[in-house]
Parts: sequence; structure tokens; C-alpha cells
Amino acid sequence: MSDRRTTAVLARTGLDALVQALRARGRTVVGPTVRDGAVVLAELSSAEELPFGWGTRVEAGRYRLVRRADGAAFAHTAGPQSWKTFLHPGREKLWDADRTADGQLSVTEAPRAHISYAFLGVRPCDLRAVAVQDRVLAGGRYRDRGYQERRTGALLIAAECTEPGATCFCVSMGGGPGADAGFDLALTEVVDEAGHRFLVRAGSDAGDELLAEVPHRPADPETKAVARGAVDAARERMGRAMPPVDLRTLLGDSLEADRWDDVAARCLTCGNCTMVCPTCFCTTTEEVTDLTGDHAERWQRWDSCFDLDFSHLHGGPVRASARSRYRQWLTHKLSTWYEQFGSSGCVGCGRCVTWCPVGIDITEEAAALHDELAARLRQDGQRGRGARGVRDVRYERKEPER
Amino acid sequence: MTEVPLPYRVTRVHRETADTVTLALVPAGPAASAPFVPGQFAMVYAFGVGEIPVSVSRIGRRTLHHTVRSVGAVSAALCALRPGARVGLRGPFGTGWELGRAAGQDLLVVAGGIGLAPLRPLVLQALAARSRYGRLNLLVGARTPGDLLYARQLRSWTAQRALRHCAVTVDRSADGDGWWGHVGLVTALLKHAAFAPENTTAFLCGPEVMIRATARDLLHRGLPPRRVRVSLERNMRCATGHCGHCQLGGVLLCRDGPVIGWDRAEALCSVREL
Repeated sequence: MSDRRTTAVLARTGLDALVQALRARGRTVVGPTVRDGAVVLAELSSAEELPFGWGTRVEAGRYRLVRRADGAAFAHTAGPQSWKTFLHPGREKLWDADRTADGQLSVTEAPRAHISYAFLGVRPCDLRAVAVQDRVLAGGRYRDRGYQERRTGALLIAAECTEPGATCFCVSMGGGPGADAGFDLALTEVVDEAGHRFLVRAGSDAGDELLAEVPHRPADPETKAVARGAVDAARERMGRAMPPVDLRTLLGDSLEADRWDDVAARCLTCGNCTMVCPTCFCTTTEEVTDLTGDHAERWQRWDSCFDLDFSHLHGGPVRASARSRYRQWLTHKLSTWYEQFGSSGCVGCGRCVTWCPVGIDITEEAAALHDELAARLRQDGQRGRGARGVRDVRYERKEPER
Repeated sequence: MTEVPLPYRVTRVHRETADTVTLALVPAGPAASAPFVPGQFAMVYAFGVGEIPVSVSRIGRRTLHHTVRSVGAVSAALCALRPGARVGLRGPFGTGWELGRAAGQDLLVVAGGIGLAPLRPLVLQALAARSRYGRLNLLVGARTPGDLLYARQLRSWTAQRALRHCAVTVDRSADGDGWWGHVGLVTALLKHAAFAPENTTAFLCGPEVMIRATARDLLHRGLPPRRVRVSLERNMRCATGHCGHCQLGGVLLCRDGPVIGWDRAEALCSVREL
């Protein structure tokens, strides 16, 4: 398969030819652009709106734009948004309901705008996040029709990562800075003495067709080698790493850990981490009536497990304490997600670390949980109470997911 | 979200207790839901208010019965409906009790409060194929005599020989409430029940604390955890596994539940605020 897929080189100007070719096909092109002091995702009318010459400096609870001398377009790390903003939007109407004069009820599915997206500059971590949401929203017995329509119609142009940030840890989640699947085209940006250019690989028929429409030249060994080298180097430059243990078991066995009290004392339960997370998918519903009272609309909107109402059952919330809500979020993300949807819910993009207002770092929390559990198991072992324990917790390097 | 609610007409409203009614619903148009099995639930939509999950409490040829306790905005709106009113209905969703797998065994049905609602169609299903099962025990608890659901049906069941044992208890009884039966927790009725633990399937629904206490008692008597089937409850928005609200550990209750085996539920019901 991959043999007949095109690998080529695009000039810097080729990027705009790509955007225009997509727009000519009626696609809504969405990509990174600088706005309000951040690299956000927005509709692009030209490649010139890409963040050429902008980089980012991130830390736990901190995000700043920085100028780059090399003029690179894709040298920034994950911003506050992810592609779920478009594929699984924050608000969506589910249905319209009408009550007629004789008391009849009619309910009709809300019409959906047919947008065919082209996403330009999808990071490999975000490609994996899209695959995670595919399994959640379109991989089970019931499909989210809106999601499925938008997703099926979307064209994905990846931008391989050559500048990982200080909060990035995709490699320790079994991913990496290279795009290996799930894209139509994958770009690798190269800026050196030979010029500013992009190595481009097609990953689908649609990608091949698109590439045929824009000026390009055959991939030269030099560009290929530089591009590979930059991605390989990025792999070694991740700012953070999850502890090299089986996170699924670690979190599953840490439900009563003391560390939850520690993190709860810092967590504001604001839900920022769930909003910026590219895989968090939870929604709630709202019922809206008009002034006549005879027309109602049912809306779905993003929800967060940090909200008290999220677990509301008659009598009050099931998860009243901050401890239980933080535990729910992290345990779901790293452990119970496997049971529910067959993979981890974390791709290691680092957004939750960057955008936490108090700088809670999930790699640090996981490491602390690991230390606590390991200490408990050692203690149990010394007291001869190892019945549950060392055997159950497999402290070994996790195999990367493929 | 997968489908929009189908319009259903309320044909009858039966007031069970001060805060609980049973609605009888028939399709208001040509479209009807797929058939329900006991233990499954529907998302019932009160126009202009919202949608809640409600277990099916009786399954007729065309009629679905749903017993609703008024505890929030949507359930209050549903409880206030009159015959002729319309509701929306999506479903069936979730797992059933799987009574068929208990063929040849003794059955032990334990209900607390509104928990009797999802168990009623199970009891009716067992009574309709009585010879397929061993002894049938039904233990019912409620807070007060006034909180007992299906009072007439309970009286008739208590008198039936087809039920090996049908006992009812209340947590509290006050002077003058006319109650002359058991007072105490439903677990106290277990000692009266007649079943062979090694050949029994139990079906439990009620407050989680009651489910926990009953399940532990049954395990103590030798029932294997997987033959203790429990129906659990969490907030639900979509019923299709997409909204994330009904998570209980790794279980999505709308998809993997609401009926699950105690072998899976025990660990989940033992952690506070999970």
C-alpha cells in the first residue's frame, strides 16, 4: 500500500496552493493561527494565516508565544483547543419538539449543517486523540450521527512534531512525534540552508489526489533525511514522561490512595483540564422552550466530571468531594477507559498540564500514586500480607499501543 | 445521540404513593419502540422539561408501564401528567435481568422502595412460566407502609401459592397506619425465604446500601457472586454510551448495565463516591 503512496516536497508557497485547492473543493479549512496571545484553531482563508515564525513556551499552568527566527509554521505545541471543537462541538442541537393545539407531540431530529472540513496541521498526538474519540462516539453499538458525519467528511493533514514542549509526554503514552496512521497527508516541516519546505507523504487516496493538484517536486533523499532526523530528535526531547509502569493497573489499584487528598487540596475543580483535553467527550443536555411554550429544543453541550451536577442523583451528587472528582477524571483517563473503549484515554499532548490554572501535572500525580502504591506493597510484603499485591501490579514498561 | 423520542400517549395514571405514579403508555403514532425485556429502561421525555431514564415496570403487548417517583424537575413533570397527555420515549436501553439463565433454579427477588419497579416485570415473567423455575421468593421493603408500590398486586402475590414466599417489611411503622406486618430491614426477611443457595439466582434492586447489605448476606449464605444480579443507578443523559455520566468505574451503566452481576459490581459498590 504505502509503496504507491506519493512522497514529495512542497515549497513554502505550496502550502497556500494546498489551502486554495481544498477551498476550491468546497472544504472548510481549519488550522492553527495566532489570536489573543495563543495559537488557536480557526478557519483559514490562506496559508499566510498560519503561525509562521511563532513558537510557544509552555510549563505547568503557563503558556506564552515566542518569536522564532526560522519562520516555521508548525513549531508550536498544542494550544488550548483541539479538533474536538469541530468534530464534537461544544454545543449541538439534538432535536426540535412541538406541541400542537390538540396536545400532540412531534419530535424531529435537528438538521445538521453539512460541513466538509479539512484540518491542516494536526499533531500526531491529536491524530491519536481523534482515533480515541472515533472509538467512543462512533465505534460502539450506537453512533453519534453528528460526529460520524463530520468525521467521515473530514480530511486530515498532519504536521509531524519537531518542537515538543515542556509539558509533552506522548512518547511515554505509546505515541510519538511522527504520524504513522490516520492521516490523508502528513507534512514534516524542514527549514535549513536549502530553504523552507515540507516533506509530504500521502496516507490515503484522497491525500494522493489532493497532492496531485498542488505544485510539488519528488522527495529528495536530503529532505527526507533531515525530516526524519528532526522527528527522531523530537522523540528524545519530550519535556515530561509518565512513570514507566502499567498505568491501567496503577490507577485501578489506587482508588483509596492518600494522594487524592493531596491533589484535591490544590485542584480548583474548574474543569479546564476536561475542556482542553482532546479526548474528553462528556456532554450534558439542556431543554430550551420558546415564549409560546409550544416549541422546545433539546441541546447537547460539553460537560465536565468536575462539575457537581455531573453525578447528580436524587438527593445530591454521587461525587461530592474534590478528591472523588479528580480521582474520577484521572482514573477514567488512564485506566477505566480501557475497559470502556479498548484503549487509554490519554495521548500525552500535555494540554491539561499547561492549562491547569494551578499547574497540576498528571505525570507528577501518576508518579506520586506509583510511589505510594509501591511503598504500600512493600509494606504489605514485609508484613506477609502480600495476598493482593505484588502479583497484581505489574511494574514493567508498558508496550506502546499500535 | 442516536434517535429522537417517539411520541407515546398516557392512557392511565395510577397513583402508587404520595410521590410515585405508574404511567401506562401506548404509541401515539404508527411507530413503536422495539420490545423491552424486564430490567431494561427507557429515556422518557417530558416536553419542555427534559428526559430521564426510567425502568420498564410492566410490559404489555402495546402498553409500557413506567413507575416514576417525583424527585426532580423531569420526574415531577411526569408525575403530574394526566391521561391523554403525550410523552416522548427512547429505548429500550441496557441489559435485562436475564431470567432465562436461571431456568431450573430457585429465584430470590429482593426489592427496596422504588426498586420494586424494575423487578415487577421479572416476577410477572417468572409467574407466567412458573414450571421453568424452582421456588420463587419475593422480599419487599419500603420506608413506611405508605411507600409500598403495587399494594394490590403485593396482596395478591402474598396469597398466591405460585410464590413460595412473598414477604413485605417496612423500616418504620407509626401508630394508626394500619400496618401489622414486618418492621425492619429487608435483609431481615432473608431468613424466612426458602431457597437452596447453591442453586439460586437472586435479583436485587433498591438503594445501594440495601443492595450491598443483601448481596453480602447472600454471598455469606453461599450464592456465587455472578448469580446475584443487581440493578444500579447513576445520572444518565444519552443512554447510548456517549455522555459519560453513568460511569461506575469501568462500567457504563447505560450500556453494560443497569443490571450487572455482583461479581462485577461488588468492588465498584465498595468505594465511596466512585
